[in-house]
Amino acid sequence: MTDATMVSAADTVAPPRGRPRWLSVLIHAALFIASLIMLYPLLWMLAGSVKNQNEIFGTASLIPSHFDFSSYVRGWMGAQVSFGKFFWNSFVIAVLSVIGNVISCSLAAYAFARLKFRGRNFWFALMLGTLMLPYHVTLIPQYILFLKLGWVKTFLPLIVPKFLAVDAFFIFLMVQFFRGIPRELDEAAMMDGCSAWRIYWKIMLPLSLPVLATAAIFSFLWTWDDFFGPLIYLSDINTYTVQLGLRSFVDSTGSSDWSGLFAMSSLSLVPVFLIFLFFQRLLIDGIATAGLKR
Amino acid sequence: MGNRHDSAAQAGRIALPDVPAATAPRKAPGALSRNAPGYLFLLPWFIGFFGLTLGPALISLYLSFTDYNLLQAPNMVGLDNYVRIFTADDKFISSMKVTLFYVVCSVPLKLAFALGVALLLNRGIKGLPVYRAIFYLPSLLGSSVAIAVLWRQLFDSDGVVNTLLGHFGIQGPSWISNPNYSLYTLIVLAVWQFGSPMIIFLAGLRQIPTDMYEAASLDGASKARKFFKITLPLLTPVIFFNAVVQTIDAFKAFTPAYVISSGTGGPIDSTLFYTLYLYQEGFGYFRMGYASALAWILVIIIALFTAFSFLSARYWVHYDD
Repeated sequence: MTDATMVSAADTVAPPRGRPRWLSVLIHAALFIASLIMLYPLLWMLAGSVKNQNEIFGTASLIPSHFDFSSYVRGWMGAQVSFGKFFWNSFVIAVLSVIGNVISCSLAAYAFARLKFRGRNFWFALMLGTLMLPYHVTLIPQYILFLKLGWVKTFLPLIVPKFLAVDAFFIFLMVQFFRGIPRELDEAAMMDGCSAWRIYWKIMLPLSLPVLATAAIFSFLWTWDDFFGPLIYLSDINTYTVQLGLRSFVDSTGSSDWSGLFAMSSLSLVPVFLIFLFFQRLLIDGIATAGLKR
Repeated sequence: MGNRHDSAAQAGRIALPDVPAATAPRKAPGALSRNAPGYLFLLPWFIGFFGLTLGPALISLYLSFTDYNLLQAPNMVGLDNYVRIFTADDKFISSMKVTLFYVVCSVPLKLAFALGVALLLNRGIKGLPVYRAIFYLPSLLGSSVAIAVLWRQLFDSDGVVNTLLGHFGIQGPSWISNPNYSLYTLIVLAVWQFGSPMIIFLAGLRQIPTDMYEAASLDGASKARKFFKITLPLLTPVIFFNAVVQTIDAFKAFTPAYVISSGTGGPIDSTLFYTLYLYQEGFGYFRMGYASALAWILVIIIALFTAFSFLSARYWVHYDD
């Protein structure tokens, strides 16, 4: 399929009117088949969650012979602790991370974008430098630090860093946005004796809702899907996130309850899917204009 | 769009915030009151930067020259960790091979699909938003444990892939538990998530001015010629950005290998990603010094790769300016 596209790709921006009808049909057919292939694994998982246990394997069909929702009930309790607990834990961590990131990164971004102070360019360059630093180099000393603080086995190592603006990418994103806000607005406010804090709170933040929403959505997604952090810091099953819960479901039931596993896997994707449904525009813009990873 | 990407990836070239003009201050405030607000706003970031980034990075550099198991104080061993990694560590070699193979296969394939589909979608297709959403969905969901679990079942010996192959009379192997194939399932998983580079390609394609194609058409250029002389050169900054980001990400991949192999990197180390090996050393055996050395080697590899990319960019990436 790729080869065919490469050859015919030259008229990328040409309007479709010049295209023969058969070609349009062909392109749509190719895209339709490609869409099916892309979605098939997801649909198979969803179907598997309501299929009969021995109907999951051995057939590639997406339509269950009958719908059996008991897997959701079994799966919910499938890993010693109820998935309700896991969802709650994930939710708490994700929401606090969102709040932390939005507040701390916007504070830093406002300073970099608007305030005048000695060494601003120096610190800004350092901040950009941290964008490139893989987290592996800070991982072990951070673990030791949190261990000494007695924070291991709590949510704190997963949440507190978010309040300290460690996700430099969001700072960068917000700096870019803040620079686009007309300077006259805050200069006028400053003439009127407005403090930096009031300008930040009353002018910059209200005018920056799109970028704040983008940062919020991506930090929710990253935290919700995070597996490595919880894997390292959480060891009591009562504190597990959904991702860890799923893994321990796999370990504890082994190869016995596939439909239950698929049911919980499907449920774990629901929040992400809802974000996809309602904030697709922001997601796509975030990726296309800022290169956010997803 | 292109520019912001490049700057995101290319910290050195970013325009610094404009330097305050050297005008006489209105009230000649003292240094403290002039600088205080900036530093106050940056306070959380400063704590994070020194306490969670710069400090830990230096400490891990120090630890990489020590033997440290969390219980006794770190014991200075000089270059021993590094010497052992490069001369006497089979797992390092195999994890490096696995990771490089994964990077070299998954990144070009992923980018080829992303570009191919983006080109197909960028032809004024009806229903573009629907297709784009469908192709993007896997990369949105793909990094979660659920998908890794699903992948394990898809490629199981009696999983769907083999069922489908069976319809064609092919008896598929047990993909996951056969060391010859297990890594390929992870590559397929990576390629399946081509949606997010595709979105970046689509945005890049839209930036190419239509009149260039019109002018080329008037000159009688063929479609192939327009693609190779206009589309591809103007798209090189986006290709470059995607390649760098995807490669760095591929080096850092962890979750799918962990879930598919239950944390072992097996069978026979065939899915032992570098990060998984690092995790085992650090958090399985608590060899914190050794794991720190592994981490620094990863950083150096990524840094070398990035530096090499930017040097090579001069020769093949087309910039307007």
